[in-house]
Parts: sequence; structure tokens; C-alpha cells
Amino acid sequence: MSDIIKTENLTFSYPPDEGKEPVQALRGVDLTIEQGSFVVILGHNGSGKSTLAKHMNAVLLPEGGRVWVSGMDTSDEALLLEIRRRVGMVFQNPDNQIVANVVEEDVAFGPENLGVPTEEIQKRVAAALKAVGMEEFTLHAPHHLSGGQKQRVAIAGIIAMEPACIVLDEATAMLDPLGRREVLDTVKRLNCEKGITIVLITHHMDEAAMSGRVVVMNDGKVVMDGTPEEVLVRVEELRAIGLAAPHTVELLHGLRQDGFDVPLNALGIKACADAIAGSLRK
Amino acid sequence: MEPIIRVENLTHTYGENTPFCRSAVKDVSMEIRRGEFLGIIGHTGSGKSTLIQHLNGLLKPTSGKIWLGDRDVWAEPKKIREVRFRVGLVFQYPEYQLFEETAYKDIAFGPRNMGLDEKEIDRRVRTSAAFAGLGEELLEKSPFDLSGGQKRRVAIAGVIAMEPEVLILDEPSAGLDPAGRKGLLENIQAYHKEKGTTVVMVSHSMDEVAENVDRIVVLANAGVVMSGTPHEVFSRAQELIDVGLNVPQVTQVAMELVRQGVDIDPAVYTVDDLRRSLSALKGGRA
Amino acid sequence: MLKDITLGQFFPGNSLAHKLDPRTKILLTVLYIVALFCAKWFVSYAVVAALLVTGVKVSGVAPKALVRGLKPILFIICFTAVLNLFYTPGEEIAAFWIFKITKEGIATAFFMVLRITMLIMGTFLLTYTTSPIALTDGLETLLGPLKKIRVPVHELSMIMSIALRMIPTLIEETDKIMSAQKARGADFETGSLFQRAKALVPILVPLFISAFRRADELAVAMECRCYHGDSGRTKLHVLHYQTRDYLVLAAYAVVLAGVLALARFGL
Repeated sequence: MSDIIKTENLTFSYPPDEGKEPVQALRGVDLTIEQGSFVVILGHNGSGKSTLAKHMNAVLLPEGGRVWVSGMDTSDEALLLEIRRRVGMVFQNPDNQIVANVVEEDVAFGPENLGVPTEEIQKRVAAALKAVGMEEFTLHAPHHLSGGQKQRVAIAGIIAMEPACIVLDEATAMLDPLGRREVLDTVKRLNCEKGITIVLITHHMDEAAMSGRVVVMNDGKVVMDGTPEEVLVRVEELRAIGLAAPHTVELLHGLRQDGFDVPLNALGIKACADAIAGSLRK
Repeated sequence: MEPIIRVENLTHTYGENTPFCRSAVKDVSMEIRRGEFLGIIGHTGSGKSTLIQHLNGLLKPTSGKIWLGDRDVWAEPKKIREVRFRVGLVFQYPEYQLFEETAYKDIAFGPRNMGLDEKEIDRRVRTSAAFAGLGEELLEKSPFDLSGGQKRRVAIAGVIAMEPEVLILDEPSAGLDPAGRKGLLENIQAYHKEKGTTVVMVSHSMDEVAENVDRIVVLANAGVVMSGTPHEVFSRAQELIDVGLNVPQVTQVAMELVRQGVDIDPAVYTVDDLRRSLSALKGGRA
Repeated sequence: MLKDITLGQFFPGNSLAHKLDPRTKILLTVLYIVALFCAKWFVSYAVVAALLVTGVKVSGVAPKALVRGLKPILFIICFTAVLNLFYTPGEEIAAFWIFKITKEGIATAFFMVLRITMLIMGTFLLTYTTSPIALTDGLETLLGPLKKIRVPVHELSMIMSIALRMIPTLIEETDKIMSAQKARGADFETGSLFQRAKALVPILVPLFISAFRRADELAVAMECRCYHGDSGRTKLHVLHYQTRDYLVLAAYAVVLAGVLALARFGL
């Protein structure tokens, strides 16, 4: 498979406040994300995960090292529009990324900027709203929608640009459980059905469990990288960097100390219960 | 335990006499007991925000009464400010209400409105900052230079500084990372234990409520559908799921185990409890 | 309480008034205002009022909603009425102390109130039946020729539509901040004017900070969606005049001519 995003020894620091040292947010990140994959990037606040995300569509440009989107160097200004068309970004606060007063107009905003012909925009808007399950809200005012619905509108706005990848920068952090579920189900479906690459930045461990790959950031570096079953079972290490393993893993971890013969990597509810019941039967 | 706040047949209707008329809370009766740590859970739109804004007199009931001790909160509308000092309310994302030049001054806003003298204000600012887990060195900083988690602690300290008899927190840990969440909840828990203040925490995170509170009130569709100890509430886990709430992961695992014929109490809600009961079961067999 | 503000609110619908091209409606509103200011006496006012009533009927907007919209400017209406009532020179019919009421005063006050009320109702009818997006689109197109003399028409209309988009959000936010400060004992209702103005600081500071933060985030979000100004931009909905637009405009023009004629005869 080809790579959609590739970073090479990426470093970045934010401009310092007066009289202070610059804050180095990224200290050499090498990361390759494959086209069509579902990657979760975990880390506590300040670990650099959001800074990394903002490099994925040239909102931020590398201080050192390089970032490529489908082989295009993000620091090449001539490619900017194409890069941003390919990698869409959903942000944390649903209220601060919706531009228009009507759902369909907001979804149309991206294609309009790209100069897509009117008829084609209309088709894309309808299809995008359908893809996120918001077609019945086409003519609604965004401020009457719930948080989860607003984020789905934001996702539709990206889909209408026909992207290859969607980066969700803590897009579920302000949502209630129901809203989170809506958003996660939506991106999961887009990943499966349309093959759109999903990069989900979060600190919710249970969101990591549903992905194909988990990348853990700490102090501006990638410290763990692997499948959820490989990464989420490293209970002590996760705790040490301010994260927590899912409760299922915590439970299995504790039971092993009590002499249970259970694996650690039974992340789901059912899998976890099966493992425990199995070990009790022995 | 005697109730410190009693809600009697409370109904609140928004936009009365308009096409958007809607009852956010409908005929709710409940009580908050002196000294308890109460959790209120419910999904968005269940009426919990409306309910808690009645407890400190920010909203006036459409019908029904709120009793604070033996006093009807709205008996003397002119003295409503006193109610707000006695029942402290921390809103969701409270960091967005900070406005002063320094964290110290911001925390002092409430006590100053109470008309306390400088010495007492100073004492309260310092003790409440300590309870909220803020170091002395942060007090002279501008609140806008602090990190997100620290800002939230400043905002919480600003309410604690009024030394309310009841402290209500709406989603205190929303948006924080796991370490931030854990730290903040430990601070709240410690404050509750040391001061003996009644604490009410509103949350939609079942795990968080389950691990911290003495008693839970479950709201759904503008009314109370359940209340009791976490054990009592989670023993009716299926009903929770039916009203659109999720139950803690641990409870879900326990329910699944029971379904598979494992002989444990499914109404557990912390990792340690389930671990203990499973280990006991295994030990009993061995 | 803040949520009750209806200014600039749009009621979706499917009536002829909703379907008309926004440019037509803007022109109609302008013509209506011209007619209103030309009207002289009962007869011409009656014609203009008939226009308004027809508009309301056609739009299906509840007359109550229009009346409610008047609330915020009730003060201005009363003020104008009083001013005109007492300060119009003419044939005196009653007097006390330094005030005197004249026959002309009563007439002017009455027509002024009528004029302001109808003016507000007419413009509200425009905003009630036209979505803010259509409205800004219409204005942008109508003012399009000004681009030639370097008026940033697109930018202005973008600013306007974003402002409209953010108003409900910021109103909600203001409500929240007010409640939060009240919960800390802030008092906005009592005290001297100076104290009350000072009491607004705890609301205004967080509100401005939040507005700037939102503006900043919105700007990034817009860039991420490839916004780069007016160049090469297409539209989801392109405005097209339909036959009905020409018909309504023509009918309106006739009525306007009628009002002008009536006014000329002092009716």
C-alpha cells in the first residue's frame, strides 16, 4: 500500500512568550501512515499529538525535518490547496469550524473554494450528508444541532472535498458519550466503505481499542506504535506517561497478579469476559 | 441523614407560550443529604443542567419548590444571592469565565462579592487554591497564561472560596486527559473528606461517577428514573442501558460473566471490586 | 432571556415569499421603504399597509412574530412619538406648563409611529423569509458591480455571513458566562450606573477572549477547507431570476407609482 502521510525527523517549537524558552513540541517524529488505515494517536495534553496533527495538512510547517502528503512536500506552497483537499481536518470545538448558517451551505464551503461546478457541488453535498447520516438536516441551522451532529456536519464538509484522509484533532473531546459514538461510528464506516484513511487524535483509551494501529506520543516523540492489542496492554508504561489502559486490560492485569491464567490483550467486553470465564473453568 | 436541599415537584419550562415551549425538567422530586457525595447522571438533554441551576437559584421554577435547609429558596427573591453563596455551582468548562489579571484576584471574586474583609478573602483564596491543587506560585500569574487544567482549577477554587455548604460541579473533568481527570477528582474527593462539604457531581461518565460517589440520581427524559447507592443503581444496569446511558466497562464485563454462568454479583463498578470478587471465587474453588 | 432576541431570525418556509430571489426581495424592501417615506396621508399609508399585509399573508409568517420583533425598539418608537407630539408647531389644542400639544403634532406623531413600525415590520419580513446566506448572497450579487471600483464586496459579505453564523453561539455563550458569574455572586441588577457598568467587566472580558479564540480557530478551519478568497470560487446555489420575480417586481413598481401619485395630491 502507498503512504498517505510520511514525516521524517519532524521537529517543531512554538514561538516563546516574552523572556521564556521556546517550547519544543515535536522532537524528531518519524511516522508513516498508510493509505486506507485507521490510526489512533494517543497522548496526554502537551504530548505533541495535536502539533503533529496540524503538520498533516500544512496548518503548521516543519521547523526541522519534512512532511509529505501523498508524496507532496507540505512546505511547497504551490501544493497547498491540493494537500488540504486531500487531508481534511476536524477540530475539537464543533462551534468553531462551521462557517455557514445552513448545513448544506457549510458542507458546500470546501468544494466552493475549490471551484467545483455548481451541479457537481450539489451532488457532492447530498452524497456527503448521506455518508454521515445527516441528510435529513440539510436545511437546518447548525446551532440547533447537538455536538455529535455538528461534528458529523464538519466531517461531511471534508468528504465533499473528496479527500484521501481525515484527521480528527481531539474531535471527540467535547462530546458526550452519545456524540462520541456517533462520530466514531461515522469515521469507522467511512474507513471501511470508502477506504478513507482516518487519523484520530484522542486521549480516550477506548477509542484506541477500535483502531487498526495505535501510536502513543510523549514529550514530542513517538514512544509506542503497534496494534491496539500490542500497545494497550502495556499497563505500567501507559500509566507512567499519564495515560491509562482500558478497564478491561486493567482488570486482566490485576487478575494475572492474582494467579489467573488470562491473556492481557482481550480488549473488548465480550473477549475479556470470555477469557475470564475460560480461565475459571480450567 | 437530613437533607440539605430538597427539590419538590420541580418543573421548568423553557420558552413558555412560544412554539419552542419545552419542559426541561418535569415534576422532579429529590433530595441532597448533608455531607454526602452525590452523583447526577443523565445524557445531554435529560434536564440535569436545568436541575442544578435551580439548586442555587439561578433559574426560577415554573412550578414546584426548592428547599435549602428549612428555607424556601425563592421565599425572598431579593436575598437570592445568599443562596448562591451557600450553594456553589461550578459550570461546565468553567475556565471560560475567568477574567481577572491574576489567578488570585479571580479566585477572590466570589468572596469579595460576599463583602468579606481583605484578611478573610486572603485566607479563603489561599486555602481554596490549595484544595484545588494550585501551587502558591501560580496565584500571581495571569489566568490566561496557565494550562487548560490549571485554568479549570482556578475556576473551581473561585467557587470553593465562597465556602459553600453544597458544592455542585457540572462535568468537572470534561476534556481533560486521563492524568488530569484523575488528579482533579482526587482533589475534589479530598476536599469533600476534609471539609465535610456536601458535593454534587454531574457527569455522563459512568466510570467516573461510579468510582467517586456515595449515591447516584439518574435523570432521563426530564425526570428522575432511579436513585440509590452505586451498587443499587448498577444492579439495574439493563434499565440504564434502556434509557440510553452506558454502564461502566467493568459492570458490562461482570454482566457478561453472569450471563456465561459465573457466580458473581453483576452490580460491580470498579476494577478492584470485580478483581476481588473474581479472586475470591477462584480462591473458594481451589 | 437573551435567547428571546429575534433580530434577524429566519423562519424556513415554502411560500412564494420564501421562493423569490433574494435580490428581488431586497429590491422590494428598498421600494417599500421608499414608498413608506413618500406616503403622506391615510390613503397612501393604507396602500403601503396593504403591501405589507399582502407580504405577511403570502409569507405565512405569524403576525405575532412581527409584533414581537418590535419589542426591542419600543423605546425608540415611544420617544419619537413624544418628541413629535410636543414639538411640532401648529394649531394648539392643549397645553400645560411648557408642553403644548398641537393638532399637527398629533398627526405627525401618529404617522411617525406608523412609519417606524411599518419600516421595522417590512424589513423583518425580509429577514424572516430570507435565510441569512441568501440575503448575503443577494447583497453580494446586487453590489457586485462595485468590485470594479475595488470595494471588497465578497469579503464584506463573508464577514456578514460569519457574523450572522456566530451571533447565536455568542449569545448562548454570554448567557452561560452571566450565569457563571452570578453563581459567584455577581450582581448586574442593582447599584449605581458606574457600579453596573463595572459589573459588566466579568462578562465582557471572557466574552471577548472567547470571541477571539473562536475567530482564530474558525480562520484555521476555513484555511483547512481551502478558503483562499474570492478567486476561482463557485457556489452551491447560483441566483437566477424567475418569471415570478419579474412579475412581482413589476406589480410592486406599479403600486409604488400609485403611492407617489397619491402623495403628490397630499393624500
